[in-house]
Amino acid sequence: MGGYLADMAELLGSYNLIGAFWVNIQLTFWSALFAFIIGTVLAVMRVSPAPSLRWAGATYVNLVRNTPLTLIILACSLGLWGQLGVILATNEAGRVDITSNSFRLAVLGLSAYTAAFVCESLRSGVNTVPAGQAEAARAIGLGFGQSMRMIILPQAIRGAIAPLGNTLIALAKNTTVAQAAGVVQAASVMATMIEFRPDLMVAIFLVIALGWVIIVLPIGLVSTYLSRRLGVAR
Amino acid sequence: MSSVLFDAPGPRTRRRIAVVNVVGALVVLGVLAWVIWGLAQKGQLTAAKWNPFLTETVWADYLLVGLWNTLRAALIAIVTANAFGLLFGLGRLSQSRLVRGVCGTVVEFFRAVPVLIMMIFFWQLFSYVPGPWMAAPPFYGVVFGLTLYNGSVIAELVRSGVQNLPRGQREAALAIGLTRSKSLRLVEVPQALIAMMPSMVSQLVVILKDTALGYIITYSELLRSARLVGSTFANYVPALIVAAVIFIVINYTLTWLAELLARRLSKRTAGGTRPAELTPADAGE
Amino acid sequence: MRRTRTAGFAAVSLAAALALTACSAGEPGQTGQTAGGGGGAATSGGGGGDGITIGIKFDQPGLGLKEGNDYTGFDVDVARYVAGKLGYSEDQIQFVESVSSQRETLLENGSVDMIFATYSITDERKQRVAFAGPYFVAGQDLLVAADNTDITGPDTLDGKVLCSVEGSTSAERIRDEHSEGVELYPAQTYSECVELLSAGNVDAVTTDDVILAGYAAQPQYEGQFKVVGNPFSEENYGVGLPKENDVCEDVNSAITEMIDDGTWEELLKKNVGDNFKWNQELNPPKPQPCA
Repeated sequence: MGGYLADMAELLGSYNLIGAFWVNIQLTFWSALFAFIIGTVLAVMRVSPAPSLRWAGATYVNLVRNTPLTLIILACSLGLWGQLGVILATNEAGRVDITSNSFRLAVLGLSAYTAAFVCESLRSGVNTVPAGQAEAARAIGLGFGQSMRMIILPQAIRGAIAPLGNTLIALAKNTTVAQAAGVVQAASVMATMIEFRPDLMVAIFLVIALGWVIIVLPIGLVSTYLSRRLGVAR
Repeated sequence: MSSVLFDAPGPRTRRRIAVVNVVGALVVLGVLAWVIWGLAQKGQLTAAKWNPFLTETVWADYLLVGLWNTLRAALIAIVTANAFGLLFGLGRLSQSRLVRGVCGTVVEFFRAVPVLIMMIFFWQLFSYVPGPWMAAPPFYGVVFGLTLYNGSVIAELVRSGVQNLPRGQREAALAIGLTRSKSLRLVEVPQALIAMMPSMVSQLVVILKDTALGYIITYSELLRSARLVGSTFANYVPALIVAAVIFIVINYTLTWLAELLARRLSKRTAGGTRPAELTPADAGE
Repeated sequence: MRRTRTAGFAAVSLAAALALTACSAGEPGQTGQTAGGGGGAATSGGGGGDGITIGIKFDQPGLGLKEGNDYTGFDVDVARYVAGKLGYSEDQIQFVESVSSQRETLLENGSVDMIFATYSITDERKQRVAFAGPYFVAGQDLLVAADNTDITGPDTLDGKVLCSVEGSTSAERIRDEHSEGVELYPAQTYSECVELLSAGNVDAVTTDDVILAGYAAQPQYEGQFKVVGNPFSEENYGVGLPKENDVCEDVNSAITEMIDDGTWEELLKKNVGDNFKWNQELNPPKPQPCA
């Protein structure tokens, strides 16, 4: 038993696990940021007066929601970069910087995917805003953009905190799929570790799983707290 | 709701909407044209790359085999996940604090760990621990990963499904002399299950999408078969495009089915049958 | 009747799951692992009997490739020849996929009897499995566009983008020992690398020369690529066997026979094209004595 633990400690020492999780956290942060922006735009499109925008928003959400994330990430890495030559990061020599480029392409894929769910969360948030609020906004002469910005969205976002929190948790876990774009993070390090020391695999799994519990639990707790705290009492 | 967000458009607004329509359409068409032009430039749209999809062997020996593996893993996983979810969901409603605590911990743990991490673990585990699973560790890795994750999501659906039933259901059951556990078993859970059906079908979409992760642990599902087509016929990009289309068509059909089911079943339960919002919390990977 | 509904739901679920699992487990073609055709194949070695399960690559043109229902490539042909000499008929051979990272595991847990899959003999691997052969000596090389003139070897890659497969040591060797300023893209498969090379977004692909030659010889890519032809490592392709086996000597004599009767050269030419110049000094190799 002592030997097992010592082996495990040695194995953990030879792999930069914290660094790997740090990549997942960075992926989560940037993807959450962009997904929130794109998702808000999509949500506004889906309730806007222009039919083409409503149609485009709905098509995007339905298409993306029904596609495996793996394929979306592959479309970014193998499609956008591999075929269409889109480069998101260059080195000093002006050529592609592979590590940053793969990271950014993965962020792009994760954001594009998560945005569809952010949009749906916000839409469910919009549905918690009573119609009277919108009617009152119109009655005092606000246009669509104004009433969205000043009346509807601020309340909708508060009402959407719980689903948004769930979306964020899913996003954090989904960052492991960045493996498909060649981004080295917790999942790939775990696979390498097990390949190298299959005898320690249960311990390796528990350590990695614990890492995820540590990342995911606070997000859940904070979003529950916020949705209670900021939720509009009706 | 959206109808009260704006007035019936007047002439000026109608003109603006027309402009937005045209600009929007142009942007979409522009992006599409750029992608197609780019792929054509790289020689991805030549007949030589696409003709293999007109042959029988590509479908019979690769794609349909992969699709069947995808569907098989997904079907088994939805069944085992439901069993797992029912067991632990009811466990969380138990009157015993111990059972509640254990079930709660298990569910929360498996909800926190990414599916891919579980798949990699079980795949490796089943390659080393002797047992019937050794015949096909990637398959069992996929099924176990999907079962534990989706099972814990379904456990939450069961719990919330029971808790969201109108209180009158339980009160009435208690009033006619049923015990609490009988009320749960005979009145609340059956209705909650029917209310959950559409969500379960939506969950099948989640599971189907997640089987695509199986290619990382070398399970021969649709995506991996498509890659094999790409290696054999040197048409990697077209093969992935075809796989994506198949996935989207199947999932779209299932989503539509879930909505249909919700409308059909709404009369048979006191709970709401609208499919749970597809937040990625239930939508997983 | 209503009483049983809930319990019934769970029971039906479980039963259905078991039924589906049962009918699936025996199916061949499960990537990397197979049911072993009813058990007999899982025991190592021994001629005759139920047949033999051989691990190959499914996605490596020229070496081991699934083509419809058939398998083609140099590894596959050598495997057929060797299995034939061991007394197995064509239809007693069952080919299963063995991806690089799983090869030792498959031999250890008895899922396959032998592996012919560009399997380099190394001391590290010898701790877990046994090897017969080698039957071919490959060398790490570079694949570039046919009109490329500025990449001539591993030292000319500074500032270039190089593709190799995730987790393989071949790419890191270049960065550590040759060109420090190379950009490495870790792909999932070599087919992915070749597609990137074809689109011009990577400058070179690196792995063993014979693997690269297999891609260059694929009709769809005809004339697009060339193997640089400056190999800078020595990879002895061996036949992977379980640590405990009684066939190593027989496999070795089959390989020697194959080389002596000219089949070896014929198979190589047939599978990786006439243009490929394999390392003439080291090939054909002499099988190493079994430990």
